[in-house]
Amino acid sequence: MGALFVREVRLGLRSGAGVLVGVLFFLAVIAVVPFGVGPDLKLLARIGAAMLWIGALLATLLGLDRLFQADRDDGSLDLLIMASERHLLALTVLVKCLAHWTVSVLPLVIASPLLGLFMNMEPAAIGATSLTLLVGTPAITLIGAVGAAVAVSLPRGGLLVSVIVLPLTVPVLIFGVSASYGAVEDPAPFLAPFLILAAITLFFAVLGPVAAAAALKSSAD
Amino acid sequence: MITGQSGIDESGQNMRLVAEKLAGERGGEPLFSDLEFTAGAGEALLVTGPNGAGKSTLLRIIAGLLPSAAGTLTVVEGSKASKDVAPLAHYLGHLNAMKAVLSVEENLQFWRSFSGAGKRSVTTALDRVGLGDIAHLPFGYLSTGQKRRASIARLLISDRPLWLLDEPTAGLDKASELQFAGLMQEHLGNGGIVIAATHLPLGLEVAGELRLGAAA
Repeated sequence: MGALFVREVRLGLRSGAGVLVGVLFFLAVIAVVPFGVGPDLKLLARIGAAMLWIGALLATLLGLDRLFQADRDDGSLDLLIMASERHLLALTVLVKCLAHWTVSVLPLVIASPLLGLFMNMEPAAIGATSLTLLVGTPAITLIGAVGAAVAVSLPRGGLLVSVIVLPLTVPVLIFGVSASYGAVEDPAPFLAPFLILAAITLFFAVLGPVAAAAALKSSAD
Repeated sequence: MITGQSGIDESGQNMRLVAEKLAGERGGEPLFSDLEFTAGAGEALLVTGPNGAGKSTLLRIIAGLLPSAAGTLTVVEGSKASKDVAPLAHYLGHLNAMKAVLSVEENLQFWRSFSGAGKRSVTTALDRVGLGDIAHLPFGYLSTGQKRRASIARLLISDRPLWLLDEPTAGLDKASELQFAGLMQEHLGNGGIVIAATHLPLGLEVAGELRLGAAA
């Protein structure tokens, strides 16, 4: 399993696209918001957390459809499925998701404080948003894995994956943003939505790989 | 007589693969039915037949990647019988299951640790297929035949008694074909089983033949 993680990370880094495309997309989304909203600094600060979350969500969905398709195209997926006696397929999926998150999503989390400055956010809000992104984005990847597994045999499944996955990621977005606001706006709580966010991630860490593994098994042909 | 009990002999002496009334279909179209065959340790079985006869489908059914439409597949090992063929099998399909951006060695190293390390190291396996000098190159730089040889090396790095080969010699030159025949012969000599779908003679000394296509 360690070998699988190393291989996936290597693949992500060597093809290069994974890291850069996500971050550049995230940057593009956040950079155009101030132009669209106008020079109202207060308004920018207020919608900052939400914009960061939406940008990160969309950037995370980018490239998720290749999660299993690349392996299917070169025949590796067959061998991964055949090895399910040795390595539980759900575990294989989980490791792939973790590697994908490390390579393509973690850079987004790291870039988010910088992009928070674009939105005139105060330091506490930036910190809270980065923290919620760190905790919440794995859930998006794990939900996305189910969509990617369902659409694995479709040649142009990219958009379909996003459409399947987007509604399921709405709770992550809601609790992520409300926790970020809770950190800076006084009456709103931070801990409760933050814990629910963590719970969603843990929940999908179990359900996502199992569902994706089932979808992969039945999609083999 | 049963030598496989000690667990040392990983090539599975006395192992037999038995298919009874096996039927396969693709997209709802029946391809073959009532297929009966047995392959014992040290035996090779060539699956032949015209295009679309279901050769690849049969191999994928044996590998557990496709469900069979009817019938059973059993692995008999000594007194034990099991329906799980996949853990005992190497599957070499049309695709090489290698990543173009990783080097040949990295690719094989990964499969070796993922599928279980065998007696041979990656370097030895690459030497056996004549790719020892270019192990450091990215897999994507290799020619078609070299890619095929690299994935043949994958059969050598983990010990599995059953080799399922789908057109294994596609893209190989004459010398590599001979070399591969030698590897298969050695595998059979160690009590392994080879089931290969092919149009060409693979150069094996003794091989059974299973002809598909009469039903279609």
